[in-house]
Amino acid sequence: MPEVPHLAGPRQRTGDLVFRRALLSVALFVVAVVLLLAWSLADGSRLTWKSLGPAFLWSKEWDPVQENFGALPFIYGTLVSSALALLVAVPLGVGCAIFLTELAPRRVADACTFLVELLAAVPSVILGLMGIFLLVPTVRSVEPALARWLGWSPLFRGEPYGVGMLTAGLILTLMVLPYITVITREVLLAVPQPLKEAMLALGATRWETVVGVSLPFARAGILGGIFLALGRALGETMAVTMVIGNTPKISASLLAPGYSMAAVIANELAEAASDEHLSALISVGLVLFGVTIAVNGIARLLIYRVRKA
Amino acid sequence: MNSYQRRRWTQAAMFAVCALCAAAALAGLFTILGYIAWHGLSSINWGFLTRLPKPVGETGGGIANAIVGSAKIVGLAALMGAPIGVLGGLYLAEFGSNRTGFIIRYAADVLNGMPSIVMGIFAYTLLVVPLKRFSALSGSVALALIMIPVVLRNTEEFVRLVPHSIREAALALGVPQWKVVLRVVLPTAAPGILTGALLATSRIAGETAPLIFTAFGNHFWDNGLLNPMASLPHTIYTYAISPYKDWHAQAWAAALLLMLFVLAVNVSARLLFRPAGGAR
Repeated sequence: MPEVPHLAGPRQRTGDLVFRRALLSVALFVVAVVLLLAWSLADGSRLTWKSLGPAFLWSKEWDPVQENFGALPFIYGTLVSSALALLVAVPLGVGCAIFLTELAPRRVADACTFLVELLAAVPSVILGLMGIFLLVPTVRSVEPALARWLGWSPLFRGEPYGVGMLTAGLILTLMVLPYITVITREVLLAVPQPLKEAMLALGATRWETVVGVSLPFARAGILGGIFLALGRALGETMAVTMVIGNTPKISASLLAPGYSMAAVIANELAEAASDEHLSALISVGLVLFGVTIAVNGIARLLIYRVRKA
Repeated sequence: MNSYQRRRWTQAAMFAVCALCAAAALAGLFTILGYIAWHGLSSINWGFLTRLPKPVGETGGGIANAIVGSAKIVGLAALMGAPIGVLGGLYLAEFGSNRTGFIIRYAADVLNGMPSIVMGIFAYTLLVVPLKRFSALSGSVALALIMIPVVLRNTEEFVRLVPHSIREAALALGVPQWKVVLRVVLPTAAPGILTGALLATSRIAGETAPLIFTAFGNHFWDNGLLNPMASLPHTIYTYAISPYKDWHAQAWAAALLLMLFVLAVNVSARLLFRPAGGAR
């Protein structure tokens, strides 16, 4: 809002100034929190960086008792489970969004969108509960078949534990699906009608219009939604902790139990045995902090570009 | 089959696949709701809501302390987080089209994308380590920090929707700007702001990760805000990963309770406060 010229004398002007300063100081609180957060993570993890250096990021051994701290199994688990989730959720979410924008009548689409948003509101601990008692037994019963038919690839070998990367990826799929669907729908709705009509007038079917016009036009926005979903998946804690198996090992198989960055913090921080252990856990938090800032930054850049266009 | 027919078939097939995708997403939601209702209803009863947990092996324990604890922790978080978010959002909408506004908006987006567990670490190093004890207060602070950026950006959005003509009418009458913002703009945007604050509250009510090492959990009635306190999501978590059948049943019942709260807030927010114009 433009500056209002003061007409009613200096007292009124003072009131406005005080009001504005007061609001500003509250708003600046948010900036202060971010700076303080970065500082406290850096400070808390100093011990680890000093003793291990960047090797912390690529050593594979995590044994708090022997004071061996390497974050690679957690970084690996976080990346693989998130990638798995996106692999399933992206086609599913984009398909869902195409249905909502192109096929469903307006009222049905609105109701469905609300329900999909509701899926995002389900607390992650409840998804984890579902994971433990519904998904894990299901996956466990499917795994022998997977190992029999797909066992030629190293991705599907090993004992059918039920808990593991695959289950974590599936739970994460459910968590990020709403983000991809809602944002894809938003950018698909923003595709200019004349473009689509031009394509239809040339004799294209509606599906060809979706593939030839809408999706290319919305590409950057959809990509932004995917990155936003990735940011969520990387930091998701409870649901993953409850199904990933919590074993700090790197295995090629998706059926094997693993660990994630958020999960190790959730499991060990409250009972960290030594200063070194605590510092290593906070270092994992610092990595998570940096990665989510980068991923969300890319997401915002992409979505912002679409909104401006 | 000529090429036109083939293209029509492709269209039908692909649209069917899209419809299946939507059906799968909704099936996911309804499976969750149905499964929780099914398992939760069979173990929820009056004693469960009003009693304290019993030791392992004794049946008939309740989660009254977790219900009260959740209300306290989340209530305090909302009391701290909502005002800061609303006032900050007001600043961004009214005076934030400059460099400072850009920085604040950026910081809010960074906080918004931050995993809740990182906010938990923050509250841990800020309050738990110096005070040398787990406390409900540190849990509330973590939840408030999660809530602030959500409320802030939502408030900004709704305040921006208030038409400029209303502001100008008030200013033309000689009302000072601060009064215009507080008495004209804020009330106009209030339904949207309130809805956003409510939705943010329901979101933090389900947060578990930052509570594990801040509020910690407690099997008894709490001893005030500076001591460990039980909460619903934390109870669900610890009961779910325990090896006891009885505790599993209680986890389902607690999950039903939490889910009902989240559902009630989300549905009523949509029905009651949805502002005209359908702004999101």
